[in-house]
Formats: sequence, C-alpha cells, structure tokens
Amino acid sequence: MTRKMVTLDGNEAAAYVAHKINEVIAIYPITPSSPMGEWSDAFSAAGQKNIWGTIPQVTEMQSEGGAAGAVHGALQTGALTTTFTASQGLLLMIPNMYKIAGELTPTVFHVSARTVATHALSIFGDHSDVMATRQTGFALLASASIQEIMDFAVIAQAASLKSRIPFVHFFDGFRSSHEVQKVEQLEMDDLRAMIEDDDVFAHRMRGLSPDHPVLRGTAQNPDVFFQARETVNPYYDRAPGIVQEMMNRFAKTVGRQYNLFDYVGADDADRIIVLMGSGAETAHEAAQYLAETGESVGVVKARLYRPFSIDALMETLPKSVKSIAVLDRTKEPGSVGEPLYLDVVNALNETRAAGNLPFKEMPAVVGGRYGLSSKEFTPAMIKGVFDELKKKTPKNHFTVGIEDDKTQTHIGYDPDFTTESDDVVRGLFYGLGSDGTVGANKNSIKIIGEETDNYAQGYFVYDSKKAGSVTVSHLRFGPRPIHSTYLINKANFIACHQQIFLERFNMLENAVEGATFLLNTQAEKDHAWDSLPKEFQKELIDKKMKFYVIDAYDVAKKTGMGVRINTIMQTCFFAISGVLPRDEAIRYIKDAIKKTYGKKGEQIVQKNYKAVDQALANLHEIEVPEKVTSDQSMPAIISKEAPDYVQTVVAKIMKNKGDDLPVSAFSEDGTFPTATTQWEKRNVGLEIPVWDPDVCIQCGKCSMVCPHATIRQKVYDPRFLKEAPETFKSADARGKDFPEGYKFTLQVAAEDCTGCGLCIEACPAKNKEEPGKKAINMAPQPPLREQERENYKFFLEKIPELDRTKVKIQTVKGSQMLRPLFEYSGACSGCGETPYVKLVTQLFGDRMIIANATGCSSIYGGNLPTTPYCVDENGRGPAWSNSLFEDNAEFGLGFRLTLDKQIEFASELVQALSSQLGDELVAGLLQSEQENEAGINEQRQRVKALKEKLKNIKTIEARQLESISDVLVKKSVWIIGGDGWAYDIGFGGLDHVMASGRNVNVLVLDTEVYSNTGGQMSKATPLGAVAKFAAAGKPLPKKDLGMIFMTYGNIYVSRVAMGYNDMQVVRAMLEAESYDGPSIVIAYSHCIAQGINMSQGLEQQKLAVQSGHYPLFRFDPRKTDEGKNPLKLDSKAPSIPYQDYAYNETRFKMLTKSKPERAKMLIEKAQNEVQSRWHLYQAWVDMEYGE
Amino acid sequence: MDLSTTYMGLKLKNPLVPSASPLSKELGTIKKLEDAGASAVVLYSLFEEQVSFEQEELNYFLTRGTESFAEALSYFPEEEDYNSGPEEYLEHIRQAKESTDIPIIASLNGVSTGGWIEYAKKMVQAGADALELNVYFLATDSNTDSQTIEARYRSVLKAVKESVTVPVAMKLSPAFSSLANMLRILEDDGADGFVLFNRFYQPDLNLEELEVTPGVVLSTSKDLRLPLRWIAIMSDKLKSSLAGSTGIHTATDALKMVAAGADVAQLCAVLLNNGPDYLETILREMESWLEKKEYKSLAQLKGSMSQKSVAEPGAFERANYMKALNEFRTEKTL
Repeated sequence: MTRKMVTLDGNEAAAYVAHKINEVIAIYPITPSSPMGEWSDAFSAAGQKNIWGTIPQVTEMQSEGGAAGAVHGALQTGALTTTFTASQGLLLMIPNMYKIAGELTPTVFHVSARTVATHALSIFGDHSDVMATRQTGFALLASASIQEIMDFAVIAQAASLKSRIPFVHFFDGFRSSHEVQKVEQLEMDDLRAMIEDDDVFAHRMRGLSPDHPVLRGTAQNPDVFFQARETVNPYYDRAPGIVQEMMNRFAKTVGRQYNLFDYVGADDADRIIVLMGSGAETAHEAAQYLAETGESVGVVKARLYRPFSIDALMETLPKSVKSIAVLDRTKEPGSVGEPLYLDVVNALNETRAAGNLPFKEMPAVVGGRYGLSSKEFTPAMIKGVFDELKKKTPKNHFTVGIEDDKTQTHIGYDPDFTTESDDVVRGLFYGLGSDGTVGANKNSIKIIGEETDNYAQGYFVYDSKKAGSVTVSHLRFGPRPIHSTYLINKANFIACHQQIFLERFNMLENAVEGATFLLNTQAEKDHAWDSLPKEFQKELIDKKMKFYVIDAYDVAKKTGMGVRINTIMQTCFFAISGVLPRDEAIRYIKDAIKKTYGKKGEQIVQKNYKAVDQALANLHEIEVPEKVTSDQSMPAIISKEAPDYVQTVVAKIMKNKGDDLPVSAFSEDGTFPTATTQWEKRNVGLEIPVWDPDVCIQCGKCSMVCPHATIRQKVYDPRFLKEAPETFKSADARGKDFPEGYKFTLQVAAEDCTGCGLCIEACPAKNKEEPGKKAINMAPQPPLREQERENYKFFLEKIPELDRTKVKIQTVKGSQMLRPLFEYSGACSGCGETPYVKLVTQLFGDRMIIANATGCSSIYGGNLPTTPYCVDENGRGPAWSNSLFEDNAEFGLGFRLTLDKQIEFASELVQALSSQLGDELVAGLLQSEQENEAGINEQRQRVKALKEKLKNIKTIEARQLESISDVLVKKSVWIIGGDGWAYDIGFGGLDHVMASGRNVNVLVLDTEVYSNTGGQMSKATPLGAVAKFAAAGKPLPKKDLGMIFMTYGNIYVSRVAMGYNDMQVVRAMLEAESYDGPSIVIAYSHCIAQGINMSQGLEQQKLAVQSGHYPLFRFDPRKTDEGKNPLKLDSKAPSIPYQDYAYNETRFKMLTKSKPERAKMLIEKAQNEVQSRWHLYQAWVDMEYGE
Repeated sequence: MDLSTTYMGLKLKNPLVPSASPLSKELGTIKKLEDAGASAVVLYSLFEEQVSFEQEELNYFLTRGTESFAEALSYFPEEEDYNSGPEEYLEHIRQAKESTDIPIIASLNGVSTGGWIEYAKKMVQAGADALELNVYFLATDSNTDSQTIEARYRSVLKAVKESVTVPVAMKLSPAFSSLANMLRILEDDGADGFVLFNRFYQPDLNLEELEVTPGVVLSTSKDLRLPLRWIAIMSDKLKSSLAGSTGIHTATDALKMVAAGADVAQLCAVLLNNGPDYLETILREMESWLEKKEYKSLAQLKGSMSQKSVAEPGAFERANYMKALNEFRTEKTL
C-alpha cells in the first residue's frame, strides 16, 4: 500500500492522528502546543470525521487545569478524550493526571515538551515539564521525529486503550513541534487497524452512568488506601509488553518497526549514548556517521520512558558496551543525577544484583545535560560525548553545548565536526516577519517534498520582537530521510531578504565553499558589489561563492505586492538553486499560489503570478571580483557608551552570538538590569513623525498614545538651548503653568520609532495653510536618522526633566511632561496596550512595583535581549517581575502583603526608636499623607533624614529599620495582564485579590483575544467576532468584568479607552492608584489580532465606545461614603450602529465573507446586546444612593 | 388603467423602477418594492474596485503579522472558503430572481476591461434580466482629452455587449460636450437604453475640522429639470429606451418624465426618504391623474411632450433660459 507523502510539522502530525481517534478534545492554548488544538478545531470546523464516522468536539477551556478537569470528566463518562499542552500547562494538569491514572483511564495527552519556567520563562523545548509528571502514573512515550510523532500518536492510543494506563506522548517543543518534514501519512485504515473496538467498548462501559451506577473518587483511610493503591501493579507490569505489541502491530500494518528502546550504531560498539526526544535523531545521524568511519559507538533511543522496562533496555544495549553516557534534556538541581541517567544506572544495578547482566563487565555510566530550552544539540556535541567516554574517567554530571566556567561541568567538543552530506541542499534565509519569508519557505518545502522524491526539512527561528522581527529559515532537501535536528551552520545557499541585515549579521560565516549568496538589495546591479561591507566581500571571495542580486522591493511595488517579497524571493531560490528544473519549479510555485490565495480572490493570485514572472526578469548574477574593494566595515551593533554588561552580554545576544556566552555571564537568580532597550537601536520605522512647532498646540496627545515612548516633550528654561544642535527645534511654551519665556520641545526618537503613525492620528492640530498636514507629519526616516539621533541625545542629556512636584499630572498635557519609565519595547508597531503601560509608569513609575501576567505584556516587558522598563534621573523606576500566567493577581497581592507588613513593622520600629529620632521626624514619617507628588517627595526627604539618624544608632532595631525604611515612602503595586489572564485563567485569583480589600491596582489590557499565543477566543471576545476556537463567530456576549467587580461595592472599577477620551484614562489611573483598596482599570487595547489598520487604532477605540460595545465608566466606592452614586458613565448612549464599529475589523468582517447568514444573525444579536447592556448601566446610574 | 411600458425589450407593468441604491441590498426590501408595485428593480451597483479592495483587505489582514513571532504564527482561524469575489452580489441576484416575479436589472461599475466583461457575464449567469452599466467616471485629469474619455465609454459598452445577450443600459452623467452626439454614438455601439442621469457624490467642506466631508445629497423634485429636458430632447432622436433618473419624487414628476418620452421613471431618494411602500402611493396618484384627465393609457401620454411634440420645441433649448428669465422678471415687477 502506498501512502501519501505529506510535509507538515510535528504539531499537525500529532493533531492529525489525535483528531481521528478521539471524540472529545478539551484544550487551552499554550506555546508551543497551541497549534495542535487549533488544527483539531479547524478539522472539526471543516467537518472532518474520526475513524468512527463522527466529528470530534473541540472545547477551549479557561486554563490547563480546566482542560484537564474536562478531560477527566469526559473520560469518566466514557468518551475517548485527548488534550494538547506543554510546560506550565502540563504542570497544571498534574493533579488530574494522578486521578486519571489512579482510575486506570485510557487517554493520551500529546505534549510538545517545553521548558518549565524557573529563573526565567522560556517557550522553547526540553523535558523539564514531562519529567515533572513521572510520579503521576502516566506512561511517557517519546517521539524523536515528525514521522514518529504521527506513528506514536496512534501507538500510544492503542496501547493506552489496551493497557488502561494513560499516556503522555511527548516530543520536543519547537524542534519537533514546529519542524516541517516530509513524512508518510497514516491512512484511516491504518488507524482502524491499530485501535481495537473491544478496547473502545470496554472504555465506554466503564463510564459513569445512572443506568449502571458506581462510585469513584471515594475518600479512603489508613486502613485500606495503601492496599487499594497497590492494585494497579499488574497493569503497569503488563504495559511495556502491550506497547511493544502495539509497535509490532504497527510494523505489520504500516511497515515501520519501533521498539521500547531502539539501537543505532556499530554492532560491536563499546561507547553508547542513551537519550530520548529529538536529540536522538541527531545522535542517530552522528553515531551512524562515526560507526561508518570505524568508531565503536552507538546510540540507544529511549521510546517508552515510563513504565520503564529494564529488560527491554538490557536487550537493546549491545553486548560489547563498556561505557554509557545518559543524556537528559532537563535539570534536576540537587539530585544525584537527572532522571533518565538514574533510571539507567538503577536498571544496570538491579540487573547485576539479579545476576542477569548480559555484558562481560558492568559498564561505566555517566550522566550529562544538554539542550535546555532548545539549546542547539549538534553531531559535534555527540562526538564530544563519545570522545569523553573514551577517557579513563569520563566526567560525570557533565553539560554539553555550553561553557560552564563557574562549576566546570562542561565537556569540550570540536565545533567544526560535521556530518552534513554534500548531496543535501542546505539553505539559510534571513528575512523579516513582515516580508513573508517563512511562509514562502514553508511553501517551498511543500513543493519539494510533495513534487519530488527528495526528503525535505524546514525549521524556523524567530526573534522575540513583535515589530520588525527577524526570521531565519533553515531548509534541507536531500535524497535520504533527514535526521539533522539542529540548525544549519554549513549552508550551501544563503539568502538575505533585507539589505539592512548586512549591517547586523555576518550570515556568510555559515557558508561552505562554493555556496550561493542571494541578496535583495536596492542597489543597482552594477553597484551591488560595492554596497557590501568588506566582511561580506571577503567571505564571498575566500569561499569562492556565487553572488546573485534582485531588487525585490521594486518588483513587489511594480506588481502590487507591497512589502511582501515572499513569492519573488522564493522564485529566485528555485531559479538559482536548481533543486527543480526551472520551468517545473515555476509551475509548482504558481500552483501553490493558486492553492494558498485562490480562496481570497483571483486578484491576489494574479498579482503573485506577476511577481513570479517579474522576479526571473530582475534576477542578476554578479561576478565576484578577486579582491575586496570595500572599506566599509559592519557597524558596531551597540553604542560605545553602553555600560559594560550591555557591551559584553546584551550585545552578544543581539548579534545572535548568545550561544557563546559562558555561565558566568549571568546572575544566579534570574535578575537582570532594567533600562536596556535604549541600547538597541533597531531603526525599523520607514517613516517617522516630524514636528512642526508652528502648528503644534502642545497638548501632549501624541506622546500619550505613542506605544514605544518615542515622542517626548519637555518644557525648560531657554538657557539650556545654548549648545543645541543646529536642527534642534523648540517653541515658546504655551499655557500659564510654566514660567514666562520657557521653551517647549517635542522630540522624536528616530531610531526607536516604529513608524506606526498613531501620533499623527491623535494630533488635533491642523496646518491652516494646508489642512492635510498636522503638527506632526510622517517623513522618511533614513535622511533624518543622523540629525535626529543627535537631537534626541541632546534632548535627553542636556534638557532637564521638569520637577514632578510642580507638574499638573492630572491632565493629559501634564502627564506627558513626566518621563516615561517604559520605552522602546518590542511590542507591535501601533500596539494598543503599551500606551496605557507607559502612562502608568509616567504617573507612578518611580515608586511602582509590577506583577506582570505572562502574555504580550510580559514578552515586550521582559524578553531578552533588551527590556523596556527603565529608570529616572534619580535611578528610580519600576521593579518588575513575571511569575506565571494564572497567578498574577495573587503574585501582586504578595507584594502588597510584604509592603503592608513591612510598613507596619517599620512604623513600630520608628515608634520604638522615637526618642532617638525626634518627635518631629517620627510624626512626619508616621502621619504623612503622601497624597500627591509633593507629599511623596517630602516623605522621601524624611526617610533620607531617618537613614542618616539611624547610622548613629547602634541597636539591632536601627539595623532592622534601616533594611526596610524605604517602604515608608508610598509604593504603588500594579498587577498587569491581558484579558486571557483576567477574564479566563487568572479570574479566580483576581476575584479573590479584588475581594481582599488590599490596596492593589490592576490594569487589564483588554485586546479581547489571546494575542500573544495567536488569536484564540477569550471570555472578553465580543459576540460575533471570529477567533480561533470561534471560527464561526463567538455566539455569546463578552463577559462584563467591570460589572462583576462593581457588585462588590468596595472596589474601584473603571473602563477606559484612550482613543475615545484620553483625559478619562488619566483620571481613572490616578483615582485607581489613590484609592486605598483594590482597584481595577479595564483598558480597551486595539490589537493586530483584531485585524485592523493599526494606525487607525484610536479611531476604532472611539467607534467601540460610540457603538455601545465598550461603555466607559468610573465606579468609585469613595462616592458611596458621601451618599452619592459611585457609578459615573464617561461615555454617551450608543450613537452609531454596532456594525459601523464591527465591520471595520477583520475579526467581524471575515464572517460576512465565510458565513454571511450567520454573520448577519450575530451582528443583530450583538446590536440588541449592546442596547440592553447600556440600559443596565443607565439603570445603575439612575439608582438613588444615600439616605 | 393600462400603465404598461417597454424598457429595453422588457415588458413592464408600469414605468416605476427603483434605481440602483442601498434599498436593494436587502432581499426583504426588494420584495416590499415588488409588493408596492415596482415593475422592475435595479440592484445596487457592484463596484469592481470595491471587490478588489475587499480581496486585498482580507488577504492583508489575514496574513499580516503571521509567521513573524514564534508564539503566534497566525492570528485568525483558517476558513475553508471566503466570498471574496462578487459571489455575494451574484447570490443576491439569484435570490432576488427566485423571490420576485419582476425583472431584476443588475448594475455594474467596473475598472478594468477584464472586470467589466467578467462581472457582466457572471451577473447574467446569475439571472439578471438586463444590465445597467454605471460608468461612474469623473474626468479630473487635465491631460486627458474628451475623445479619450468618450472612447473609454464606448469600449466598455462594446466589450460588455460582445459578452452578454441581455439588454444593456448605459447610466451616464450629463457632463459631455455633446451629449446628444454621445448618446447616438453609444446607441450605434449597441446600447439598448440610457439612464439619465447619474448623480455623483458631492463632497462638502467642514470648516471646524478643516476636512472634506464626503456625503450624499439626496435629490429633490427640483433636480428633475435636467434629465427631463434631455429626455424630451433625445426621445425623438433615439431608438433606445430611456430611463429618467434624478428628481422623481411625486406622481407628477414621474408623469412629466413619461410625457417627455421616458420609458421608465427611476426612483431613489423618494423611497429612501419615505420607505419602499411609498412607491404604491405614487403609482396610485399617477393612475388617478391619468383617469381624471381621461387618458386611455400611459402609452398615450408617453412622449407627448417631447421636444418634437410640444408647441414650442425651442423651449427646450436656449429659449428655455430666456423665457425663464423673463418670467422671473415679470414676477418681480408685479
């Protein structure tokens, strides 16, 4: 039987099988497993049926804990049920996993294994999550490749149904979950052959039913629990045999034979590596290569890790083995060794003790760690391990792949060792997220995978920025299955899709001799060589490379493709690489275009066709001269003025050289300095705003809305202008709040601006001669870059900040006179969240402490290499931390509890020491109101005085007070997160924290969808909007979080939208902060995931409010005390139809294109909902309070 | 009373035809118009530019931000299919045909020759009984001469005529140097009818915001005069059907149009203002006027006051202006 060859990634492979052999799927999105749930939802939405002929139900839950609960329930009532998760998500499932296993319930959890957050979060892959489930009683089955993921998905299910042991089927996050490979697709009949009906019926019969009632989940006592717990032993004893039986059945059906442990290498190997997961593929490749060159080495790939079969391991190890290195992709600090290592050691010891050792002598065993958080794991490292095993006493508990200069755990290896074969095309493509490079490469893999006999592999590396993000695609094509689960560093084809990268990465370092370099450049072909920095020229000459150029942006412009150069560069790749005959390749590219864009319209197809044809006409080969002619070097990536740490550590990470940093470069506890984005000049804005002082009314609105804090304003004494650069602009300061003659400057950070244009949209001032122009107007950045760099430097360094105590911070204008302490983040261009975050740092940043829920705001807030929270001229600024996703409110409450306790203790100490401190100081310290900036400043002075006095008091109380005296200056606790956190996963905790009565401030950045994980529905998603898991439009209304919290009565609640009323936002933030109790501000944040023109985000916010979708209000419990109604509506009754707001957004509009009737029904429902909600608010406002 | 008329070969029970407007966007409204007595309906215009724009827009927003960030490789669920082309409009034609018994005239505004032909064909396949080419073109380029523009009108018409078999009307603006000549040339090129005239959006200025405010100014009965005159002038000169459009708000307005020689009177603003049911009121009033004046049928009135038929044919030309001026003066003097 010939099966279809498909090119897909690991997630799709797992979902493809899981969807066909289950009835109920309950999930919660988490990277990198989210696509498995999304695929399943898409399969069900498209009406795809499982092997029993029915469409599985897919349900998105509020958390992984919730998903596990739902899975448990569905299993207990007899449905074949699965879920997909990773990392923290898997950890949240653990309590249910104990239950599910304890009740011998067959199921398979497909896990894209991901690092568990410790000193830092990481979305990448290792086994720390699955290792945390070892005790639950779940079987653990590891896949190493994409083919194995598809195969093991059904083997696990069949074995689980047969053995009644639940399974975790895991594979490495990103490396396997996101790697695209050409694999053989299992047919429905294959799956049917694997699953026995009787096992399914037996599972159903065990389901709870009032028709044959039983009781499970009893509470047991010391007399019986233990015995009852031991009843499962025979099932675990049988399980490995059943798994092998299913593997054999699979081999019979499909032809691929797997075993509990599989061996690759020399028959007489004496040095063995044992490992599992994707690293086993690289080890396979390396061992095979080395064995062929005569080395006695081999690799044991562990498949079934739990239940652990000692017998199977002993049978698999070659009899010639003398030494073994067990490699774990996890770290268990404080343990004797990592888990797989310990199991292998124990297996050998038990076998020896039983006298069954099948080897002449007991092999020496060492354990090592590799590949944490998807750290590269290469054949060179494998060889390093084998070489280590050659030593008389190989290092134990080693690490490989890093330099541990602190505890010297690392072993050495030769990084130049390679197993790459010449007949494999190895391509590296450097692109921007926005230019479509990755999509085009995925397309190329599909073409080559599906249209030729070649095997194909693709892996994609993205940076952590959301605006101007860099992507690197690693593509391999070759005649044999590809086991290389590592990045390409010996490429024979390198494409640079962006000219600006020539300044940033020397990508030709990765080229082999004779390789081809394709460059997208605006330089004329005759000047293309001269436009290269000398490093590039040298590589091209030394490595005898071929050099091709195309002006893809010109072709794109002429063919209507805008900035999407994907099709053009893809065509060039095929034209040059010769992977396929040119004409054939072009035909396939066009077929793929039709497939991809056909449903979006013929016009899109046609312009892509045109781009393909034009690409060939504009591709030129450039002869490489014999000598380097350029005198231009690649510029330094970072300013010389940056501090040491930034120079030595951060800059390396920025240059993609983070792998070279040794252990000693990092703090032991995850602490990082703040204020580092200022050193990363990304220049991603093609255009920047230019200030026209004559038109400007100095209102501050542009600064207020700027997502990246790149448009700043200051008012200052004109004497500071003395040394101003020539092009530095200023105007007379307007308004009575400033001394006569003071100057005003609005300055743009040209190199940090992303060019979103929100400031232009917000600017209310129009040029009277030319009303198309405003007080700020967009202009191309490159000609202004140098000049504005100087101006901005002067602005920051030579013009002083205003004294905060003298600024009217309760106005928009005043608030914008304060320095933002959150700047140049990696958020999307035009982000709707960051203006709120920035405002909060302007108002309270010098005394705020932030608990940040995982999500967009934690990624742009805390992802390396550089972070945006920064400090003022006194060195004060926000202290920030991210704990988890679900616990953020509680985490922030913890901050408050510390502060409350320490304030109390400090006050007690002040009183205890009052005789030495003096009455006046004591009274001041303890009775200060600190209600405004002036009050806070006075308290700071008192604390300073206190510290001085304490120096002379030689008691333990004085030392105690010294250590906590800073808490006497009012601190501001902020709990920040998105709607996924506040409405869904964190809601329970948020509710509790809000009900605690403690003085915390919550800022909910409400994008109405899970933005960071790619657009899944949350309970904040509005009725009628399309989102993942609501492909047919959400049928239920948005949860009214504000209303829920207002019902408590003692919580300050506000809903704000900067685009509708910026003044109200400032008021709400100040009121929330000043309220001595829990406060929550829910902020409408426009978002890329809504499908809007981001430069029109503010207008869209306005429409959201005007349509009644997002009524604005402030609910201040202090008013109740005055006998007044605490609720004040800050927006008017709905004045435009709901659809006038909704149909400006793709999330709503796309439904009119896919399901027009349903779209109409939902929009009408939404309109009614909006009206009745408004009446509800109105009724509350009309209520009588007081006597 | 026999109110029947023939428009581009289509036998209509009366001359009242709602013109291309948002009224026909809802199937229910089309049905209401039929119930109120409309003898045919011109559907709202399909704009090729709009279709293209929406395709681009959908594609842009569904692909923007994808494959850029490891945690969010896309932001929207992948749909099986989209109505990204004119399908929605075509489906509307199908449904309108299915749910009514009156002719359905589809209206098209193309951009490219390919677009005109493709969409015209599709509209006919979907069941349109006739097409109205809404050649919405504002000649603003001072480098483009009138011949070029006229040639464009002609080529659009010819291209469409070559690709469909149903009657085709041209909806025009009055902005031609020689309108009479233009109409005759287009007739020679195959136009089966003319709709006089198209009413362009007229932007306004907002001095408070210093912005141009786009907007529609609905016609009033006063706007009737322009099409009335040209229909009176041309009805004798052309074999093609004529539809009066703009300014028909009352039964009197409609009767005037017919008297001038129009085969049908297209209604828009009056129905937007008063609702679709109002068509019945106009129809009844027309009927009672004709009965009161003892006309045998509408046909008797038709063209009776065309330029050729009236006592003072010159009144439709320059003298018309002179007379008006005189009357005005007279009034003032009195």
